[in-house]
Amino acid sequence: MTALDGNAIGGTLHEVFSAEMTAAVGTCATCGATAPLAETLVYLDGPGVVVRCRACTAILMVIAKVRQYNCVDLHGLAALG
Amino acid sequence: MAGTAVRGRLTWQVAEVASVLPETPSVRTIVLEVPDWAGHRAGQHVDIRLTAEDGYSAERSYSIASAPGEPLSITVERLEDGEVSPYLTEELRPDDEIEIRGPIGGYFVWDGGDDRPLLLLAGGSGIVPLRSIMRYRAQTGSHVRVRALYSSRSWTDVIYRDELDSYRQDGNADILYTLTRHQPSGWAGHTGRIDPAWLTEQAWPVNESPVAYVCGPTSFVEGVAETLVRLSYPAAAIKTERFGASGGQK
Repeated sequence: MTALDGNAIGGTLHEVFSAEMTAAVGTCATCGATAPLAETLVYLDGPGVVVRCRACTAILMVIAKVRQYNCVDLHGLAALG
Repeated sequence: MAGTAVRGRLTWQVAEVASVLPETPSVRTIVLEVPDWAGHRAGQHVDIRLTAEDGYSAERSYSIASAPGEPLSITVERLEDGEVSPYLTEELRPDDEIEIRGPIGGYFVWDGGDDRPLLLLAGGSGIVPLRSIMRYRAQTGSHVRVRALYSSRSWTDVIYRDELDSYRQDGNADILYTLTRHQPSGWAGHTGRIDPAWLTEQAWPVNESPVAYVCGPTSFVEGVAETLVRLSYPAAAIKTERFGASGGQK
């Protein structure tokens, strides 16, 4: 699986948050690293979107679309803003 | 509120194809007419959705090729085993309709009004958002220095060649090509990848406070970004955008 980056899910993030989010800075709950979401590791090969920290590779976010609903798990983010 | 778009919400809309322009044997620029298009920033992209008669749909992201203020256009490279790009590059005709949403992105963008020298590094169709930046820079009469290193497989795979060459005339812009697979006889440009030695030679020194925009396949971006980090470019001065062959971008 090849990792892309957060730019690739700019549309999905906008759909979820109703705002441009690629420039928003996320803080990893595992290692504390901060980075714009555009610079995260993004995997689109699975059934959902998996977003990982570029510093420690811990999962930051999982977004899965079930019917027309986005199921969003943000447990790996300590902060987003 | 019925019928009123929710502020900030990204919605799918129908775009009509105005024209399809050949760029290289496998690359087309598609000019779109979108009612109420609110405009875009250089470096942004759009999502395209194709839906088959049986309801199956596929979405892909494509960088915007045109400069802000111009009609929306995207440039698409045909991937042999692609699901969307063969249709966009071979089947699409003027007056056809496709679904799009955008513009998308607020990180990999250049708005002008930023005096930092630009280092633009493109692998293949990664030139597309960087072309929007260079085009916008030229149209706004910006004197910001720009150096672009553009890696292609062969000379016939170079997208926007005449336009990119024309930017050299303003004295503050430099575009350098490298060809990775085939070089025409007598080729005097660089050969092979944008390797650390060549990039080190061409990159603006860090004390000039440059900003780098890197766009290409993941392996290209990783290699180039690693060299920039080694050259002490701060993380905030390296903006990257990666694309893959499937499921993702371009």
